[in-house]
Amino acid sequence: MAVKTERQAAWLLVAPVVVLVAFNALIPLMTVVNYSVQETFGNNFFLWHGLGWFQDVLRSERFHAAFGRQMLFTGLILLIEVPLGVAIALAMPRRGPLVSVCLVLMALPLLIPWNVVGAMWNIFALPDIGLLGRTLNGLGFDYNMTQDPLSAWFTLILMDVWHWTSLVVLLTYAGLISIPDAYYQAARIDGAGAWAVFRHIQLPKLRRVLTIAILLRFMDSFMVYTEPFVLTGGGPGNSTTLLSIDLVKIALGQFDLGPAAAMSLIYFFITLLVSWVFYTLMTRHDPS
Amino acid sequence: MARISLQDIRHSYQTIVAKAAEYALKRVHLEWQDGGAYALLGPSGCGKTTLLNIISGLVAPTEGRVLFDGRDVTTLPPEQRNIAQVFQFPVVYDTMTVFENLAFPLRNRHAESSRVDARVREIASLLDLDGLLGRRAAGLPPDLKQKLSLGRGLVRDDVNIIMFDEPLTVIDPHLKWQLRSKLKELHQTVRTTMIYVTHDQTEALTFADQVVVMQAGEVVQVGTPVQLFERPTHTFVGHFIGSPGMNVLPCEVSDGTALFRGQPVPTETPAKAPADATRLELGVRPEHIRIAPDTGSGDDGIAVDIVRVADAGRYRVVEAMAGDHRIHVLTREDADTPLGPARLQVDPSRTRLYVDGWLADGADTGRA
Repeated sequence: MAVKTERQAAWLLVAPVVVLVAFNALIPLMTVVNYSVQETFGNNFFLWHGLGWFQDVLRSERFHAAFGRQMLFTGLILLIEVPLGVAIALAMPRRGPLVSVCLVLMALPLLIPWNVVGAMWNIFALPDIGLLGRTLNGLGFDYNMTQDPLSAWFTLILMDVWHWTSLVVLLTYAGLISIPDAYYQAARIDGAGAWAVFRHIQLPKLRRVLTIAILLRFMDSFMVYTEPFVLTGGGPGNSTTLLSIDLVKIALGQFDLGPAAAMSLIYFFITLLVSWVFYTLMTRHDPS
Repeated sequence: MARISLQDIRHSYQTIVAKAAEYALKRVHLEWQDGGAYALLGPSGCGKTTLLNIISGLVAPTEGRVLFDGRDVTTLPPEQRNIAQVFQFPVVYDTMTVFENLAFPLRNRHAESSRVDARVREIASLLDLDGLLGRRAAGLPPDLKQKLSLGRGLVRDDVNIIMFDEPLTVIDPHLKWQLRSKLKELHQTVRTTMIYVTHDQTEALTFADQVVVMQAGEVVQVGTPVQLFERPTHTFVGHFIGSPGMNVLPCEVSDGTALFRGQPVPTETPAKAPADATRLELGVRPEHIRIAPDTGSGDDGIAVDIVRVADAGRYRVVEAMAGDHRIHVLTREDADTPLGPARLQVDPSRTRLYVDGWLADGADTGRA
């Protein structure tokens, strides 16, 4: 009997978490699932639609295009931000008064609210009055973010690199300073050059923080909404309409709740799947 | 292979040195013969790692010169000194195999691949790592990692010195003994000058032919393990080496006789105290004291009260109190020592006077 009482008491202790998770995750998610398999005409009138919306979304060219742009965006910023972040972290001083200066400078972009970043860069890039726009046009480039897709993409990537490279820098820097001096001393004694030190000591020791950095940058960039929306609104045309922007257009612009719900779930599973694949690949050789 | 001379080395980690106490190394002057096995022994913070780093070139001394075979290397970086070092925590290149780890110093020096191959195999078999050449270094246990980092030093045949900085810290106790005897055996095979830094007297005394004992930035004695035990030139050495260490008892000197609490204590040579001495002490090891029953006659030894007898396996450690002074005595395990009043008789040939910490008779102090 005593055992049974204890178990009941345990359920009571767990209950608040169960309620929290239910309201926080399960109920909203199930609402989305509910919409994704039904047709709705308002006034809470629903018709069963099976997997129809999923088929529609997966077959739609619009989704394919948005997905392609999303992959391109995420791929580009990972390719730029990770090596650049590592390079900056390597160049940062390890000791002395400059350390705090560098750290504060690096942290600044991370402290600016996302919509402010978008607004800042929007103004910065305006061809007639923005510093970037004026300068580029003055240098003879045909740069106009609101008219030319290439200019829009250039600004979009530059903005993300400016905003988020610091995250990679800070994580990498933390990893670098945790490498014991003995490794560098041993490498000097073994006659290793700077590249060998990077390749055989720093990079292997950074493996874990880089895994975290890549995962965070992947997930954040794959779900990014505010900054590109404020910067370009998805344009010109649909050229910078990433998945999240397209999703909001379908759900709240066209009020197509069924396809939007199906697309949300597909979007969610892609993020989850890619993150899992990344993580598995990068931790495959971990000794512990 | 090289003879190493440290000439008047002083070092401070501060840029501006105001007081003598700010020197991590106060004045070190040492000569080390080619092919010797040396140990640097001392408590944590005594400056032994600083001295090691000065020899390897990781730290430049504030004053003084470092000579390898008469060549001044004081300003040379580690990579140009042809030294090898094994660190406290094993340093291996995780992504490489054992073979690649051993080959790394040679490949960095652009050795021919056939020579690299031959040399790596030779060293691997010397260290009993033959069967592991294809394994990734990351997965090895700590003792093999330490062997591997030693191997990276041994593969280069131009190595002047191999240095060990407390290399057994992370090794399991039962493997320590094995690795220690392996090191000793290796030294006899390769005959490279080896310097072993440790705070563990057993490691130092079993490994080295010559032990350098350091305290607070100074070398207090250089000698063979036997010399350190038999004739410590400083009360610190007497106390630091031995378990338990030498008994150090405050005394006075009168007419060539040392008096402890007013009682005469026989010494090796007639006790002479310089007029300016501030501290006079008698040093006698627990091994060199005999316990006699208290007959009450007054001149058959130091009157003590035996307060505790601890069994340490092959011997017993007797704790005796003479007033406030604790004296340790070692007895055979079969000796029966009752608690209570007793007399201690010291071996006069092993009892010496120390003036301000240093051995008084002046002969053979071993100070460099």
